[in-house]
Amino acid sequence: MMHYSDKVMDHFNNPRNVGSLDENDPDVGVGTFGSPECGDVMKLYIRLGENRCIIDVKFKTFGCGSAIASGSLLTEKIMGKTIDEAMAVTNGEIARELELPPVKVHCSVMAQEALKAAVADVRQKRRQNTL
Amino acid sequence: MKQSVYLDNGATTPMDPAVLEAMLPYYREHFGNPASAIHAYGLAASQAVETARRQVAQLIGARPGEIIWTSGATESDNLAITGIAQKYRDKGNHIITCRTEHKAVLDTCEYLGHKGFEITYLPVDRKGMIDLEQLRQVISEQTILISLMAVNNETGVIHPVAQIGAIARERGVFFHCDATQAAGKVPIDVKAMKIDLLSLSGHKIYGPKGVGALYVSDRQPLVRPAAIIHGGGHEQGMRSGTLNVPGIVGLGRACEICREVMPQEAERLKKLADRLYHGIIDRVDCVSLNGHRDNGVGHILNLAFASVEGETFTLMMDMRGVAVSTGSACTSTAMGPSHVLRAMGAGDEVANVSIRFSLGRFNTEEEIDYAVESVIEVVRKAREISPLYENATKQKEKT
Repeated sequence: MMHYSDKVMDHFNNPRNVGSLDENDPDVGVGTFGSPECGDVMKLYIRLGENRCIIDVKFKTFGCGSAIASGSLLTEKIMGKTIDEAMAVTNGEIARELELPPVKVHCSVMAQEALKAAVADVRQKRRQNTL
Repeated sequence: MKQSVYLDNGATTPMDPAVLEAMLPYYREHFGNPASAIHAYGLAASQAVETARRQVAQLIGARPGEIIWTSGATESDNLAITGIAQKYRDKGNHIITCRTEHKAVLDTCEYLGHKGFEITYLPVDRKGMIDLEQLRQVISEQTILISLMAVNNETGVIHPVAQIGAIARERGVFFHCDATQAAGKVPIDVKAMKIDLLSLSGHKIYGPKGVGALYVSDRQPLVRPAAIIHGGGHEQGMRSGTLNVPGIVGLGRACEICREVMPQEAERLKKLADRLYHGIIDRVDCVSLNGHRDNGVGHILNLAFASVEGETFTLMMDMRGVAVSTGSACTSTAMGPSHVLRAMGAGDEVANVSIRFSLGRFNTEEEIDYAVESVIEVVRKAREISPLYENATKQKEKT
């Protein structure tokens, strides 16, 4: 068994912002990354308010302790930020804060990729709505 | 209230207090080297070692002279396989094993594969069983050794050891059996089962870690693995090195206790595991069994909990004081789903959600009931956070 940092265990035991948002809402972006076969799937929901600010965020993760912690920490970091600010959060930052061992760094990458996909999704929706 | 429940007896067992009691004098007053039996110190140690040899031999129906002390089952497997391969190289270079064997066997075979040996890895069916007809067919003029385990460590599946032994003997091929998970748990008779070499370990049978044994048959024609550890010619030249006397005494006592309690203990643990199994499947949906309850040891239960990743399950159980292990080795040094479940045809999506519960001598009914409640809570919590479960329930609603 992997030995995790206290911060990973804190997020693992009390994950922040678990859940989902209405995927049909035009202000909600959904991003999924990973596959069940590889043992890791992250699904991230963001809701945009005025000024392209993230006013709500939810996540779900199928994966190991550090995958859950990475998702949870990401939601804390991007809440209230603009899309550009949120996109500036790097996986390295998450990995460092959680003190992830090298074999678990991909968990932080997964969180970042899910965010990218969620942002792309909501941008696409908004573009369609303005047409 | 949080309890402490150990359900990972397949990984290692707690030591039986009676075993520890038997060992302690050999750390204290009887510290002699059994090779120095010329004086009283050495003699006391030597006598204790020979008593232990009898105790181990009796458990598996062997003669005391057929028991070689090792540091554990991994060394026993290495000595048996590499030793036979090296010794009988001129007779052939083919070894038969199976995809669901322990890594101690698989990695040793792989090593020999790089040294010019041909290795056949038999497949298993969905229940984890090999096909005996296929075993017969793959034996060739070049085959010198069949290495097949008695009980699988991940699923508890029991192989038909006696039939394998009969086939091997009939074809003049040595049969090595890794009985690490079987010795002391199910009856083994090396003579009736025609086993030539058998590995067992102390710490899987309520004995100490760092000690094991290899049974080497004294039949004719001689079975004689070449030594892999040199230096002094101990253990009939097959395994040099000063004997681990306290460990050996502990292993002997552990075998003696197993022999006394085996029938009742196996029945009790089967009942407990059934209680665990039914407690879970009656109250948790989307759970499936890996292996087969009717053809496995009672005390090992391997279950797949759909949408709940194995490490998360294990960590959450640990938070509640219950120790289990992942069917997949994702968290060990290996990283990646279990080779055993894969060989049984399970997809990685199943292997990644599989959990092994392995019960032991000191588990109680009360502990099992607590474990069942913990499993229910953990699965609910893990599925709340799992996007896969969300998808599965959505699909269910649609249909």
